[in-house]
Amino acid sequence: MTHDWPFLLSLVTFLPLFGAAFIFLVSGEAEVVARNARWVALWTSLATFVLSLLLWAGFDTSSAGFQFVEHRNWLPALGITYHMGVDGISLLFVLLSTFLTPLCVLASWEAIEVRVKEFMIAFLVLETLMVGMFCALDLILFYVFFEGVLIPMFLIIGIWGGARRVYSAFKFFLFTLAGSVLLLLAILAMYYEAETTDIPTLLGYKFPIAMQTWLWLAFFASFAVKVPMWPVHTWLPDAHVEAPTAGSVILAGVLLKMGAYGFLRFSLPMLPEASLYFTPFIYTLSIIAIIYTSLVALAQEDMKKLIAYSSVAHMGFVTLGIFTGVAQGVTGALFQMLSHGVVSGALFLIVGVVYDRMHSREITRYAGLVHRMPVYAFVFMVMMLASVGLPGTSGFVGEFLVLVGAFQSNTWAALLATSGIILGAAYMLYLYRRVIFGELTREDLKHILDLNRREVAVFAPLVLVVLWMGIYPKPFLDVFNPSVENLVARYQAAIAENAVATPKTQRMATERPQGKVDG
Amino acid sequence: MYTAVVLLPLLGAIAAGLFAPWLKDRGSQIVSCGAVGLSALLSLPIFYQVALHGQSRTIELFTWIQSGAFEFVWAVKFDTLSAVMVLVVSVVSSMIHVYSVGYMAHDKSIPRFMAYLNLFTFFMLALVTADNFGQLFFGWEGVGLASYLLIGFWYDRPSANAAAIKAFLVNRIGDFGFALGIMGVFLVFGSVQFDTVFAAVPGKANDMMNFLGYQVPAITTLCLLLFVGAMGKSAQLGLHTWLPDAMEGPTPVSALIHAATMVTAGVFMVARLSPMFEYAPAALAVVTVVGASTALFAASVGLVQNDIKRVIAYSTCSQLGYMFFAAGVSAYGVAIFHLMTHAFFKALLFLVSGSVIHALSGEQDMRKMGGLRRTIPITYALMWIGSLALAGIPFFAGYWSKDAILDAAWGAHSGVGTYAFWLGIGAALMTAFYSWRLIFMTFHGDTRADHHVMEHAHESPNVMLYPLYVLAAGAVLAGMIGHHFFVGGGQEQFWGESIKVLPQHDALEAGHHAPFWVQWLPVAVAIIGIGIAYGLYIRNPELPRQLAARFKPLYFFLLNKWYFDELYDLLFVNPAHRLGLSLWKKGDGDIIDGYGPDGIAATTVRLARRASLLQTGYIYHYAFAMLIGVVVLATAAWYLLGRAG
Repeated sequence: MTHDWPFLLSLVTFLPLFGAAFIFLVSGEAEVVARNARWVALWTSLATFVLSLLLWAGFDTSSAGFQFVEHRNWLPALGITYHMGVDGISLLFVLLSTFLTPLCVLASWEAIEVRVKEFMIAFLVLETLMVGMFCALDLILFYVFFEGVLIPMFLIIGIWGGARRVYSAFKFFLFTLAGSVLLLLAILAMYYEAETTDIPTLLGYKFPIAMQTWLWLAFFASFAVKVPMWPVHTWLPDAHVEAPTAGSVILAGVLLKMGAYGFLRFSLPMLPEASLYFTPFIYTLSIIAIIYTSLVALAQEDMKKLIAYSSVAHMGFVTLGIFTGVAQGVTGALFQMLSHGVVSGALFLIVGVVYDRMHSREITRYAGLVHRMPVYAFVFMVMMLASVGLPGTSGFVGEFLVLVGAFQSNTWAALLATSGIILGAAYMLYLYRRVIFGELTREDLKHILDLNRREVAVFAPLVLVVLWMGIYPKPFLDVFNPSVENLVARYQAAIAENAVATPKTQRMATERPQGKVDG
Repeated sequence: MYTAVVLLPLLGAIAAGLFAPWLKDRGSQIVSCGAVGLSALLSLPIFYQVALHGQSRTIELFTWIQSGAFEFVWAVKFDTLSAVMVLVVSVVSSMIHVYSVGYMAHDKSIPRFMAYLNLFTFFMLALVTADNFGQLFFGWEGVGLASYLLIGFWYDRPSANAAAIKAFLVNRIGDFGFALGIMGVFLVFGSVQFDTVFAAVPGKANDMMNFLGYQVPAITTLCLLLFVGAMGKSAQLGLHTWLPDAMEGPTPVSALIHAATMVTAGVFMVARLSPMFEYAPAALAVVTVVGASTALFAASVGLVQNDIKRVIAYSTCSQLGYMFFAAGVSAYGVAIFHLMTHAFFKALLFLVSGSVIHALSGEQDMRKMGGLRRTIPITYALMWIGSLALAGIPFFAGYWSKDAILDAAWGAHSGVGTYAFWLGIGAALMTAFYSWRLIFMTFHGDTRADHHVMEHAHESPNVMLYPLYVLAAGAVLAGMIGHHFFVGGGQEQFWGESIKVLPQHDALEAGHHAPFWVQWLPVAVAIIGIGIAYGLYIRNPELPRQLAARFKPLYFFLLNKWYFDELYDLLFVNPAHRLGLSLWKKGDGDIIDGYGPDGIAATTVRLARRASLLQTGYIYHYAFAMLIGVVVLATAAWYLLGRAG
């Protein structure tokens, strides 16, 4: 299959960049430029999405290896190459990025009124960087994409954001940058140790135990902020509140997945002993994230903040699942990432709909919207149910698999995390009741309009995907399963081998998990 | 045919819900009633083949979730147990669909209502035909969703919204245990398929598992976790608080979901999992005690309620308790028998009370009723039939099943069995009392409603009455017809493989040989209960008020439902909100941000000010910072690599 499509992956990655360049060249009257920029961005992103579907169609689900691989010299002197490819872990995140981008362009159609051209350029550049990040098979290349993503996002929040956009943008940038520095150091250290930056090669390399700990911590510093894990999550609510709707969608939908993807691509397979050693630590942070942020979400007055906090809680399930190190946990984490990408993206779009109409995100500002907006209420209902993990929606599959995985390694972790399904239902139902139900009393809400055609076109695919993933998730799980099984088998083998080889480390690795979260 | 029974209501829901603008009210009523009616018709030959001729079968549709050995499958499983449930659910549901056409005639969103009812029926059928824990959980949460939607159907009312959320959340607490139970089942058995698990249970009867750091008996722990789910769904003591509030929903909903079908899902679950519970005697004892306590508790609260629907709601809660303690003494067949008879007479009672409410333009307070027996005589007669069945008067449906339950509890010859027997007798006395209290307050004496309401009081239209006749026929005959198969001589052949009872647990058989007084005591106390109600509400109507005044603390204790709601608000609801707020403002705001980014930013600014006292120019400032940065990075890298090398 790979031979049939030699450039497909690069095409998917860089097509948006061409679109951006094209928009850049457009000039003329402001009105015309804006219109052209919108249409070019839409068509480019749609074309990219269609191309990425070809990736899925051509993907061999029986193989755990990298596919659609492209390998070219880049900086031969340093041994750095342009190496791209996807496996079962990354493929669907490429699709998630290409799926959400056109929807974001559509959602910004009228919401973005100033600097439309620049906005669309930033968005398409962002898409290239996101897709590139998930496809990169060279550490340096990965780092470029991984950090590059921050720049357009920083601009999107800082330029098209709300009143406190500058504070939020800087908070976002500083938090994530702090981690990036350590990530770069870790990459350099790996390069000096293994003398390569090629990811597939590094996946087979055994790093010394002592070095693993340091590398793991450096990676952790970067990835934990991106996820974000408690307690480095406080940038997220601020960034979301100030970001324009489309920015929030991509931020929650794709950018939050980068950290978790990093854990799966680097920490677990390359640093297995250190991962095992730090598992109780991750469990503790994940469970705090689930319970703490769910409680905080219950007290929110701003819709976007509430959903932002719920994102932190949902990502807590993801980090929990990854570090269970068993097939159900890791598959569940991947599925939860995908589902959260769609569902939280949709929820931010839902908030965006009423924000566009009333210019307020305050919960108490609304009530009884179902009277005027039944279609909106329906879409909101589906997404709310997916968010609370109702079986039959996408939210259930990932969450439940994660918990099944967690139960096998630690019943306390599973018990505490499962309490999240109660709290999650509490804050979402409470939000829904306050916004949608009740009597419609406010004068200015009496003429609010239901979803228009453009908005229906945005939400229809999201609703269908959520139900598809919930009722027949097999096509998605089939993509994940071989790569996950391969990853888990190697992880378990590395741990077992190490346990036999070095009794001292084994003691270290087993003593530690008897900490407070162990069951 | 087998798959169609389950899927028809789903198609009906989609059609009635999504195509409402084209179907209009009438179209959606036809589509939804047609879909469920067809299901009910199809369930008859299925019942004949599967239950009466022992042709069980499972049809696997497709894989739902699969990861490693973990697999959920979409399937329809028909054995006697599910055939009985499908029959009861689809028949009662179709009657209630028809009744709703009349009851909801003046509502402004009829298609939505019919679609929800259809959706509920689909989830319930998916639940009872599950052949693995995954689909059981799907149906389980699905009926919870339908219940949430229907309780909050009149979304303008704050009380309805609050009740809907409460129902969903309390059920989720139950589901929390259920979900953990499923995870545990996978851990212990390596499968979540019923047949595989059940086959492996005897071999693992004495296995231990690690749970929360303790070594505990595996099967017992799993059964108890799963039972938490059953307690939530079936409103057992502790997790019962949502059920009375659920009466905010339209009355057909109360009849269908909160009496006849959904709330019995917990009983169904215990019966379905009988091959597991049989090997967990401790769990069975818990089931018995919880069931018996709920039966008595709910009946005691029912004594003093004034809302006609709440009386029946507590009655439901109490009857569910009976079903559970029957299951707890291993008389699963009897539990399902009572489930079936209860479905008929309780749906009847609810719908009849709905007719009363309908007649009185929405009035639900019994203190504002009275003297209705001449105005709505058919409703009055039907209420008698339902109450006679509920109280267990021979030879109405409830007599057969309730008598069998109490006999079995006696026949268990165990401490918990005897406990259940006496609490059951006490609850039977109260049941008869509150049922006739309801009849007397509603239909007898002088009317206390104002004359505007009474002028409009009218008998229900035929579309509402015909379903009532069908249910009334069930309330009279279901016990007599079913007795032979469910609990009598034909029971072993009837249930076949679908229910498992270990030989040493055969309380049912022992119950058949209970002494004469055990067999007739329930009937005697029922008659005494009716007599007391007659004495208090007909002969001497002033007496209840005097009693309430005399025993004021007890009266208020009962009236306020033992203060469960207040206790939960105090313990959980309010602290959760306060904790959330303080974690947000103090935890995130003051501590994390205070010492984190904001603190660092403030410190940086302070340091920068000081630095700028020495030098002015920004360029120097940046260069200096960069230099420091390079030094730090280089040192760190050297240190790191040096150590590593």
